[in-house]
Amino acid sequence: MFKKILTIGMAAAMSVGLLSGTARAELKDELREPYFESFKGKTVAFLPIAMGIDLTEGWAAAMQAAADKHGFEFIVRDPNWSTNAGTQALTSLIAEQPDIIVVHNPDVQSYARLLKKAENANINVIQVNMKSSYSTNLYVGVDWVEIGEVGAQEIVRICGEGSGKSGKVAIIQGVLTGAGSIYQIEGIMNVLNQHPEIKVVANQAADWDATKAKAITQTVLQQHPDLCAVYGFWDVMTLGAGAAVEEAGKLDEITVLTNGGGSQMACDNVKSGVFDKVWSYDVPGQSRDIVDMIKIIFQSDMKPGDMRAALYTPLKEINQNTYDSGICWSLEK
Amino acid sequence: MKFNANWLTQERIVFLIAIVLFAAFSFGLSGFFMIDNLIVLMRNVSVLGILGIAMAIIVIGRGIDLSMIAVMAVSSAWTLQLMQDGYSLWLALLLGLLCALAVGIANGLLIAFVEIPALFATLATGIFIYGLGKSFMLDLDVVYLPEDTGWFESIGKGSIGPIPMSLILAFVTVIVVWLILSKTRFGRFIYGTGDNPLAARITGIPVRVIITAQYVMASFIAFFAGIIISTSVSAMNTRIFHSTMIYDVILVVVLGGIGLSGGKGSVRNVVVGTLLIGTLLNGMTIMDIQFTMQNFIKSLILLFAIILDSVLHPRNEETAQQGDI
Repeated sequence: MFKKILTIGMAAAMSVGLLSGTARAELKDELREPYFESFKGKTVAFLPIAMGIDLTEGWAAAMQAAADKHGFEFIVRDPNWSTNAGTQALTSLIAEQPDIIVVHNPDVQSYARLLKKAENANINVIQVNMKSSYSTNLYVGVDWVEIGEVGAQEIVRICGEGSGKSGKVAIIQGVLTGAGSIYQIEGIMNVLNQHPEIKVVANQAADWDATKAKAITQTVLQQHPDLCAVYGFWDVMTLGAGAAVEEAGKLDEITVLTNGGGSQMACDNVKSGVFDKVWSYDVPGQSRDIVDMIKIIFQSDMKPGDMRAALYTPLKEINQNTYDSGICWSLEK
Repeated sequence: MKFNANWLTQERIVFLIAIVLFAAFSFGLSGFFMIDNLIVLMRNVSVLGILGIAMAIIVIGRGIDLSMIAVMAVSSAWTLQLMQDGYSLWLALLLGLLCALAVGIANGLLIAFVEIPALFATLATGIFIYGLGKSFMLDLDVVYLPEDTGWFESIGKGSIGPIPMSLILAFVTVIVVWLILSKTRFGRFIYGTGDNPLAARITGIPVRVIITAQYVMASFIAFFAGIIISTSVSAMNTRIFHSTMIYDVILVVVLGGIGLSGGKGSVRNVVVGTLLIGTLLNGMTIMDIQFTMQNFIKSLILLFAIILDSVLHPRNEETAQQGDI
């Protein structure tokens, strides 16, 4: 009896297998051809604040890889930290009419009018990580308000009521007019305003520069030896603040918090104890978001102004437990 | 007592402003006049002071070196890059130093032998070495110091007793350059060349060699300053080339009273200028004044010092020199 059932069962399974096999030969993936067709003859232009930093190199590498695979053209205009050169590059890009411009804004104002002009010229614009005050179809990047709030909550947890600490905090901003500073401080203040026990004893801009961050932190440490935490707006810059705390021999007492693209440097410094926590906006993840948006634009008939959407990057927390879990990236990998 | 305007040189004006500010901060700001804070104050401007000394050597010889920040950033960043790539510390240091000296020699040759004005020659070499560095020598804008470099790290981070290493090194630079400028024949030749190059040549001073040597010395000191910065913050950010640092360096020199027309001033002027800037920056950080506002206040005080100097010592045909900027 059992043998019979088994034989029937096997026969049934085989026939199903055969049937689906023939079906597979007839059915084609109808998306594949139009997918590859949609990239032909297209151009994507990338205008970073500057090449040569982990963030922009990471994004560009991913876009270049996608371009090589799918056969669209990818061009980079590097204004090398000059807003002026960036404005000129954007103006000439608009004249050149690429299909998509991926732009990384140095501040919220400078490119705003030109981005509008680009949209009027029927160019789709994706903004990366640093938003302009003018919103285009898509923004891919950090929710700076969120990252500020998350950081401030950690400050409250470590330095707030019941911690037995002084509640004194130093905040080191980047360039004051950049989205990374404007929205991040807003997020921080959203939280800290509800916690009067936290005293911001210094709120200074270090211009994304580690040396300035170090000088500021050293002076603050002299004035407030009982400082509880330092919060820096970018890991590359906060390295200077961390060095100041390390030299004062206070890495154990003072919490150093920051955020960044999650390059190997961040993990190394969490490991060595210079940073206590780094919230990473995961450049490989962002890169995939950017490339996905490029693919969607090419496959749809999306026109500038069709939508106003944001893809906020999920944050990853680099701490003592996660630093060696492969959470960080480097260009070689 | 009769007031003598000649006594009040720019160096003394700046020194007085520094003292007034210092006194005001000491009374007005709790925590300013403490030995630890004063050490931090001097330490934060130690690199600026060292670069100021290098610039002073050149300015006294009637030149200017706009390539200094580029040389500092690229040569020291390259040293870190080579260390990351697995070169030994000494080899990396040697190659970095050679890179800095090569630019110094190029500057000297262009200025002394090809006779291109220093302003243009060094502007060009600065951009050249920065471009070369970014395109061929360095992977990224910011080059990090590899982990566990032992004594090397202590150049920027260590201290002897309570005194930070970078401050001691700045002090050593001041003494050595002071000795060279005031006690050696070479130093006197620099003054002679700066004061009147033609007369110096007629007297038999090897003017071209002296000029070349000045730029080589300045590049050497710039490399040294770069190593202090990179070991101090564990990274070298070559973007520093785009900052206002070169102007800050020139400012410290000019503010202290070394005329751009050459032949005048000494290391002491740079020290005074650096201390004023240090006092200002430290006091304003304690007061938690915003960065942009700090720049504004800094520029106001500098303008005040320069205006006071030109009111007290109006320029005329007698005091003006050829080549005065």
